[in-house]
Parts: sequence; structure tokens; C-alpha cells
Amino acid sequence: MTDLSLETAPKREQPVPGEPENWRRFFSFSTDHKVIGIQYMVVAFVFFLIGGFLAMVMRGELITPEADLIDRTVYNALFTMHGTIMLFMWTFPVLNGLANYLVPLQIGARDMAFPRLNAVAFWLVPVFGVILMASFLVPGGPAQAGWWSYPPVSLQNPTGNLINGQFLWILAVALSGISSIMGGVNIVTTIIRMRAPGMTFFKMPVFCWAVAAAQTIQLFGLPALTAGAVMLLFDLTVGTSFFDPAKGGDPVLFQHFFWFYSHPAVYVIILPVFGIFSEVFPVYARKPLFGYHFVAVSSFVITGLSAIVWVHHMFASGTPGWMRMLFMATSMAISVPTGVKIFAWVATIWGGKIRLTTPMLFALGGLVNFLFAGITGIMLAAVPFDIHVNNTYFVVGHFHYVIYGAAVMGIYAAIYHWFPKMTGRMYYEGLGKLHFVLTFAGVALNFVPMHFAGLMGMPRRVASYDPEFAYWNVLASLGGFLLGVSTLPFLLNMISSWIQGEKAPANPWRAIGLEWLVASPPPHENFAEIPTVVSAPYGYGKNEPLIASQASTELASELS
Amino acid sequence: MNIRVLLRLAALAGIMAPISLWIGQLSYSWMPEPASAEALLVDDLFSFLTTLGTFIFLGVVGTLLYSVLFQRAARYDEGDGPPIEGNLTLEIVWTAIPIVLVIWIAGYSYKIYDEMGILGPMEHMHMGEAIAAPLTTQASTEPEPIEVHARQWVWEFYYPEAGVTSTELHLPNNTRAKLALTSEDVLHGFFVPAFRVKQDIIPGRKIDFEFTPIREGVYRLRDSQYSGTYFAAMQANVVVESPEAYQQWLHDVAARSPQPGLNPSYDEYQVKVENRENRPGWKTVTPAPAPLVNFPGSPELPVPRL
Repeated sequence: MTDLSLETAPKREQPVPGEPENWRRFFSFSTDHKVIGIQYMVVAFVFFLIGGFLAMVMRGELITPEADLIDRTVYNALFTMHGTIMLFMWTFPVLNGLANYLVPLQIGARDMAFPRLNAVAFWLVPVFGVILMASFLVPGGPAQAGWWSYPPVSLQNPTGNLINGQFLWILAVALSGISSIMGGVNIVTTIIRMRAPGMTFFKMPVFCWAVAAAQTIQLFGLPALTAGAVMLLFDLTVGTSFFDPAKGGDPVLFQHFFWFYSHPAVYVIILPVFGIFSEVFPVYARKPLFGYHFVAVSSFVITGLSAIVWVHHMFASGTPGWMRMLFMATSMAISVPTGVKIFAWVATIWGGKIRLTTPMLFALGGLVNFLFAGITGIMLAAVPFDIHVNNTYFVVGHFHYVIYGAAVMGIYAAIYHWFPKMTGRMYYEGLGKLHFVLTFAGVALNFVPMHFAGLMGMPRRVASYDPEFAYWNVLASLGGFLLGVSTLPFLLNMISSWIQGEKAPANPWRAIGLEWLVASPPPHENFAEIPTVVSAPYGYGKNEPLIASQASTELASELS
Repeated sequence: MNIRVLLRLAALAGIMAPISLWIGQLSYSWMPEPASAEALLVDDLFSFLTTLGTFIFLGVVGTLLYSVLFQRAARYDEGDGPPIEGNLTLEIVWTAIPIVLVIWIAGYSYKIYDEMGILGPMEHMHMGEAIAAPLTTQASTEPEPIEVHARQWVWEFYYPEAGVTSTELHLPNNTRAKLALTSEDVLHGFFVPAFRVKQDIIPGRKIDFEFTPIREGVYRLRDSQYSGTYFAAMQANVVVESPEAYQQWLHDVAARSPQPGLNPSYDEYQVKVENRENRPGWKTVTPAPAPLVNFPGSPELPVPRL
């Protein structure tokens, strides 16, 4: 049955090889994983700029203690939309884009397992993006209950309209879940079924391992969030009372549904970034990845643990003592597989021949930031301390260090590293380094002060605050504006390089991997002949061919 | 060779350890001056975590910095580094180290949590119904808890023994404070940074909450669980005074006739409704009007002590 459909699928109207590769394909219902990958990344980046703009307005409000720049309702809508956009419209889609682009190339496949499903999953992104943005136009404005949408606040609906901001928010999040489940099914199937001959699991690049681990989380976690969202929608629109305490519902139940997915969701974001680190460090340190098996398997250990830590978001909520202690232990246990990874990357870099290109700088900066965020993460897992800083700016600083400091910097590293492969052009190294310096400094200036404000007791999500917190907030606001500025050299670099950058060779970084054996950009079908893999990845310094009967071409590209 | 490596590592640890200890001591000053017995314990835990975290951060970042500074590829060196793919002993060691550290940290955190429980049964603060039984057995000897009512967006306090209400929380020093937290509408959070205690308030439940103030002064109570439009304005002062002064205050205030309490969010809403500020905004849930209380309290902000 499955064999049959796999055989017949390519015979239906797939795009013909050799069809003109013009810019219009990026605006079409293309089923080419490379086109979809770039579509994902570009759309996501547009939303990153929108979400970043909202953040800068918020930092403008917070530069003074009083609520004086914008109305409180507007501020509350902004932080709700900022969080929602940054997670559902930027980090998830951009990482799906990278996985889409890289996984088939790295495992030696011509496309994803289900090309049409892939295109549908992508085209849902602009659809729910528009729904989300449209909520700025409905009476009453967008959702104002935060990206957690905890009831009963999320059920209050002051306008009384059926179509309100919260309604559109839940609709968009549910569609996003459907899109992500489609993507997850597709990527996991591709990695399991579409590997080239000879590419066993333990010859697979760690990026593919990490993506498989991350997408597995989507498959088991998203149903809980989607179910919670549907129940919330029913409470909001048709008057059920799953979560409304006034009618006998339980608001804490929603918190469990929400965090059962939304904590693992952080690993959906960070695992592919770990994969990026594992790809980038060996190339620019010219050494094999240290402890490949440990690094590869630890991703799945994280997947397993990620499913049993969610209550650490609820230590100050209605949770009994035994639950707090249990989830403190599991949350801290996650530091073991992540610690293994960090040590492995440090050992990979140690004693290498290091080249500080832009992707290497971003990966190193991301690693340092992740280490810092991991340490504050362990602090947050310690229940007595968490009780103090729970729902304060300490938490905001911590997770922005994870998401911006580690994940976004890792994503930048990936974009620079694979930019020549994707576009066939080289980026400008000088602008890239400027971008790195501004981003790293901006992250530190924006998010370190938040830790101090939180330790002093400043709650998160406040539009105004007592003057004692003003010092740290002024610093954070300046950092926020600096981060806004940091995107300008990136945009300039990407746009001008894509249009008129120097032509890129197939393998500008002398990297080892199937994707570097094909032209830049890769031909429509990726591989004229599916390669047979004969060695493990990351064979730096070993001079062995990666694929069979290709020894001479590899040597040629090494010499060129 | 091995001895030299070990000596070098020991020397590095000798440099990193005092720096970490120093940062760990510094970390006490990053939080408000502790004003409860619980705060002392939490600050010790945070200092311990900061010391350990600084040591690890310095170790890893120092190693990375050394590599980046001294192990760069020469300009025209196109060669590769040594093809070292791993070292099983090393990998087992650095898997074991985090396991040991985690057990240490978790054990220490548990101990602190337990001590906080001895000082005041933390068990009591989770779910009111779950611990109802032990409470009732002691109810005859123990004073009734002060009732904390949260509503959008004002705090109201009721002292049952004196029949007094206020919008400023008064607590006797060095006495176990017993509170009963309730919410009339949405989730709120009871958070006094100087006490390092926090508990979400869940509508439809009465949550018992305890801690021990140990320093006289005025502190800030903040809503810590997002509760809608005027969430940020939902703050109140907490006055810790000597037990005698507290009793005197209860006695004096009980005689006063009720008057509107402090309610900054409602005042701000009135300004908005009368459109005296021309900022565009969306429709909001109407704030509850100021409750009638015996003692509104002072609108002055306390001077933060660090």
C-alpha cells in the first residue's frame, strides 16, 4: 500500500526537471523542498521584523516607569502578539524552513516524503499569519491575555462580540498546530524512509538527528495544546465551562494542557539549533564532531525528558509539594544531555584550526549565550528560588537568552553558513561580522538587565512599574533598540548578496556533507544519481571519501 | 604529562574558585534586603547556585576563549585539525559530572524547601482542600488567618479577629503570618519580593499561605499572575510592625467608620473614561470600584532597600 503510493507519487504532476528557475517559483504552490524551505524562511523573517517592531514599542513604553506612551490595553495586546508572532510565526517556521531545505540534501534524497503536504503546511503559515494580524482590526483589538492565554482572563471578552481578538488568536494557533503536525509527519517520515543507500542512522549528520528529535516532540505534544485550544474556544464562544471556575471549570487544567506542549516546544526550537552548532563547529574548527554518538543520541534523551518537565512553569500555581519536587528533579535532569552536548562542542573546537567566519562567530556566541541561559535555567528549576522569581523579569531574561541569544543566533549561523548553497552567491563577510557584534552586544544589553530587574521583584507583563526598577529597564530598552538596529546590516547583506554577490562554488567552506557535493544552488532534483554513503559524517583530517566511487571528485573539490 | 595537565587544571580551578565565591557573595545584594525567614534560606540557595554557575561558566567560556585566541588557523593553512572523534573515558566523566551536580543541587534545594516547610508548613499553601483536615484539628488554638481578597484590580484585606478591613496589609513582626487567599474573578498572584514568597490565587478556591516576616518596614505586594488590563497597577503596601504596634493599630482602626480604600486602577480608569488623556485604546473590563474599608493606608511608595 505505502510502496504503491510512493511509486506512483512522482508520476503525478510534479514540476518537470529543467523548468525555468525564475523568481516566480517562490510565489507559487511549488512542491520543491528547496523552494518551500526558502519560502518558510523569508515569510518567517518578515514576521520576525513585525514581532521585533512590537517589542521595540514595548521597550519604548518601559523606558519610563509610568504607563505613558501607549494605553494599557495596547501594551497588553502588544506583548501577547509579540510572543505569539515570535514563536508561531518566526522560530517554528524558520526552523521548519531550514529543515525543509537541508534534510533531503543531507540524507541524499530528491525531495521530502510528501511534497504536496509540505506545500500545504507552508501555505497555512501566511494564512494564519494574516488571521493573527487581522485581529488588530477587529473591535476590541487583538488578544490581550498573553501568549499563554490563561483562563479566566482569556475568556473575559469585554466587547461581547463573537468574533474578537481572542477568537482569532485561538483560530490562528489551532491552524499553526495543524501546519506543524503536517510538517512533523513529513520530516520524520523523510528522515526514516528517504535516506540514501549506505546512510545508516549513525552515518547521518547530527542536524538530521536533532530535527527528527524535535519533530517527534511536535507529534506527541501538539495534540494536547490543540485539544486545550479547542476547549478554550468552546468556553469562549459556545458557553461550555471546561476552564471557567465561575461555572465549575478548572483553570489549572488549562495550564497543564498548555505547558504539556509549550515547554517541549522550547526543545522543538533549541534542538535544531543544537544540530546547527554540531554542523558549524566541525567545519570551521576543521575537526570531526567530538563524541558524535553521544551528541546524536542525547537529542532523543532530551525529547524523552522534555515530556515530563512541564510543571516547572507552574511551581507558583496550584501544585502540591510532591509535584514540585518531582518536576524539579526531572527539569534538572535535562542538564545532563545538554551538558554532554556543550562539552562535546568545546572539545570539537579545542585544538582545531579555527576560522572566525560569520557563521562560526554566531555559533560561538550562541553557545556562550546558551550556556548562560542553561545556568539560569537550573536556578529556575530549583523550586525555592523559582518561587521568588517565577513570573518576574528573571524568567523573561532567561528565556530571551535561550530564544534570542542561543536559538536566533544559531539560526543566523545557519543562514550565513548555507547562504552560498541556497542562493549560489557569497555574502559579505564584513557586514556579517558587524551584524554579529551588534547582535551579541544587543542581546547582552537587552536581556542581562532583565535578570536583575526580576531578582529585585519586577513582575513580567507590566505596562508600568515602581521607579526602583527604572535603571535596569532603561538599559534593557537601549539594548532592545540596538537589537532592532542589528537587523539592518543583515538585511542589507542578504538582499545585496543575493542580487549581486560573488558567485559561490559548490563547496566554499571545504565542508564535508552530501549537500556540499552538489552545485550551488542545487539542481532541481538535487542529485543526478543518488549517492551511496560509505563513511560517517565529519571526516575532517581523515581524507576518506564520503560516498562510493567519488574519491576523485572529492579530491578535486578539495584541491580547487 | 598527565601530572602536568592535572596541575594546570588545579591552578586554573584555583583562580576560578575565588572569583566564583566572590560573585556568589555579591549575589546577595542583587535581591531586596530579606525581610522574612524564608528569604534568608532562598538567598543562601541563590548564592550557592550563583557560585556553582559562575564556576561552570568561567570554565567553559575560558576554554572556548583560549581556543579562539590561540588555536586559529594560519592565514593560508588549508589543512585540517587532528581527526579526534572522541574519548570514551572523557565522555563518561563529563556525563557523570552533571549527574552528580544535579543530584547535589536538587538535594540542597529539597532541603531548603523542606526547611521552609518546617518554618511554616508550605504544604498548607498549595491546595486548600487537600490539607483541610490538619488545619481544622488545630483551628481551636490558632488565630484565624487574615483574608486576602483579590479582584480586578485591587487588594482588600480582612482581619477577622478585629473585624477590620484595609487596602494596606499589616503584619506583626516575628510572628507566623497566616493568610487565606481568594480571588473573585481571575487568576492573581500574591508576591512580596522582600519576603521571596509567591502563590497564585485561583478563583473558586481558598488557599492557605504562610510565612514569617522578620524585619519591620514597608514593603510592596505585587500581583504576579497576569490578570488583565490594569494588572501592573495592582499593588499594595505591606507594613510589618511590632506585635504591640500591630494590636494597637487593629484596635484603633476598628473604631473608624468605613471609607473608600486605595484603588489606583479605578482612578486611572475614571481618567480614561472621561477621556482626559487622548490615547487610543481598546475596551477593557471595568475595574472594581474602591472597597469600603476601615483603613485605606498610605499611597506613598516605600523606599526600596537593597
